[in-house]
Amino acid sequence: MKKLEIYEPAMCCSTGVCGVDVDPVLVQFVGDLQWLTEQDVEVARLNLSQAPQAFASNPDVVKEMEAGMDRLPIMVVDGHIVSTGVYLSRDQLATKLGLAETQANPKPHIKVSESGCCKPKSGCC
Amino acid sequence: MSIPTVNTRHLFFTGKGGVGKTSLSCATGIALAESGRRVLIVSTDPASNLDEVLGANLSSIPTPIPEVPGLFALNIDPEASAHAYRERMVSPYRGILPPAAIASMEEQFSGACTVEIAAFDEFSALLGDPEKTQDFDHVIFDTAPTGHTLRLLSLPSAWNGFIESSTGGASCLGPLAGLEKQRSLYAATVAQLADAQKTTVVLVSRPETSALREAERTRGELADLGIANQVLAINGLFQAKPGNDAIADAMTQRANEALESMPESLAALPRYVTPFVALGMVGIAALRGLIEPDAHATPATPSVANTPELPTFNSLVNDLEKGGHGVIMTMGKGGVGKTTVAAAIAVALAQRGHPVLLSTTDPAAHVAVTIENPVPNLSVSRIDPVAEVERYRQEIVEKTGKNLDANGLAMLEEDLLSPCTEEIAVFRAFAQTVDAGKTGFVVLDTAPTGHTILLLDAAEAYHREVMRVQGDMPESVRQLLPRLRDPAYTRVIITTLAEATPVHEAERLQQDLARAGIKPYAWVINQSLLASGTHDPLLSERGRYEIPFIRKVAEELSPRCALIPWLAEPPIGAKGLTGIMHTHIS
Repeated sequence: MKKLEIYEPAMCCSTGVCGVDVDPVLVQFVGDLQWLTEQDVEVARLNLSQAPQAFASNPDVVKEMEAGMDRLPIMVVDGHIVSTGVYLSRDQLATKLGLAETQANPKPHIKVSESGCCKPKSGCC
Repeated sequence: MSIPTVNTRHLFFTGKGGVGKTSLSCATGIALAESGRRVLIVSTDPASNLDEVLGANLSSIPTPIPEVPGLFALNIDPEASAHAYRERMVSPYRGILPPAAIASMEEQFSGACTVEIAAFDEFSALLGDPEKTQDFDHVIFDTAPTGHTLRLLSLPSAWNGFIESSTGGASCLGPLAGLEKQRSLYAATVAQLADAQKTTVVLVSRPETSALREAERTRGELADLGIANQVLAINGLFQAKPGNDAIADAMTQRANEALESMPESLAALPRYVTPFVALGMVGIAALRGLIEPDAHATPATPSVANTPELPTFNSLVNDLEKGGHGVIMTMGKGGVGKTTVAAAIAVALAQRGHPVLLSTTDPAAHVAVTIENPVPNLSVSRIDPVAEVERYRQEIVEKTGKNLDANGLAMLEEDLLSPCTEEIAVFRAFAQTVDAGKTGFVVLDTAPTGHTILLLDAAEAYHREVMRVQGDMPESVRQLLPRLRDPAYTRVIITTLAEATPVHEAERLQQDLARAGIKPYAWVINQSLLASGTHDPLLSERGRYEIPFIRKVAEELSPRCALIPWLAEPPIGAKGLTGIMHTHIS
């Protein structure tokens, strides 16, 4: 199973709620991540203020941050940095993850499951 | 009149800053101890010098109070707890993560939310684990967690790994991640609070409309959480014989009117009343004055004290006028008179011939009442915070909520009930108004805290860098933050009262603003009894106690400072407002 990690700066709200305006990029991104989990990708969003140990223990990420905090968000697929400084679109994410891009509509109320091979609610476990 | 009678083990005092929670907690503690009980007072008040108040060297473990056998006290400084908490979270990464990363992490843990959660962390240690306080018959807390904190901590999403999941991401609960206590301890704490047999919540208020409004809000929030055992304590009731002194009469009348018009659900609570006293509440003897009010001797002759020489409000307006245009914002905690000061400045500038837009968030009292007849050059607009927050919430939930599951949505909705949300929603509404400051004067009676400004700034910078498509942010909003930082464009006036807690809170506001790169232009000390010209013995003695605070503000804290007297005629209408211009020197 592929793993996507997103290293983001310290924000009190990932949806940009703390901002004056809702950030449409972030909103879309959350939807895209939903779609990815349905494609069997393991996804983890790491926020600097909540999971600093994840940043500190990844030397590649630290090197990028030393070059500039504008390198965040950093996207890592299976341990390799694939992008810095942008939120990738669904197409781009699909390409980086080697997925065929489909026009799936994300189901709104599925929680992320880290249980491994079975999709949530598939009934197999 | 009496202090609250207590029949539960735990007692929480709640109310806005400066109403008298610490004084009442201590007085109640003394009364209980002297009736033979073993009592622990837990103070989380950073502004009070509790050591001095109780005459003992306090620490974070229970310390006996020498003058009162059976009475113990401990002191928690929530700001220090928050600082320690921040350090715990951040220090392992100094030298490992780049300085810019460390700075941004630190800011996340520098807001009022973190202080609130750190305080709750400390409460839980005492309340959630009965063994900690088993030596005592009563435990008295001089503050209480807010409804918002309690609700946040009862959300299931607060505790499972939700925060790290992809659909969750960050939230206002971020600061929780580093807390030491477990969920079960917090749950036990919340349960204790809601147990009417074990806990009484005392809503403390002054006999004054805005304080009572705040008390009612808290009453409702706590009742919704199942905390039903509540009582009302009116502190500082001033009643003078009519006809001797205009100020004393006005104060008596205003207090009576406020009490008569308090919301019904508040009026229905068991009520305790303590009198207005002249003394600063320092020392056991002074506190006994609250327990036995009639035993306290009222001074017979008025105190003669010299009002420190300070610029009048009028001269402050002269200085403000020199800019020719720009934004003037009054800042301060609730009830200090921001709206009155803002309205007075607006009227003064308009009367001098400048075009002025006054934009205010004042709810019930309404600017139309503050400014009865139209003043030439002055236009007034009202921002309804309740409506703005509702509009903002709906927008966010609509745009964002569809991608979240039930837990995520619950957390988002709670986040949107936080005080920061109201600041931001109102701020957005102000952004358009601030634009008008390019040509005329714009006067606003509120402003976001420095912490919110920094977070907004970081969020905005991030959006700018990261967004491939610019969002729907209007130009006025984009310009807003740089304009706030430009001292030629924006002048911030900090409003306070000449009392311990308001000055402390205003000082914190100033420090917060400094972090955001904003330096206040002036401070205004409002409602000064010292400057009022009163001859009432009690009031003028209280006026004397204002002096150290006035000096502190004038000499240490502010670049320039003006004094506004307590006025017998309420500052309503253009005529009443111009009464603010002139200071009586007694």
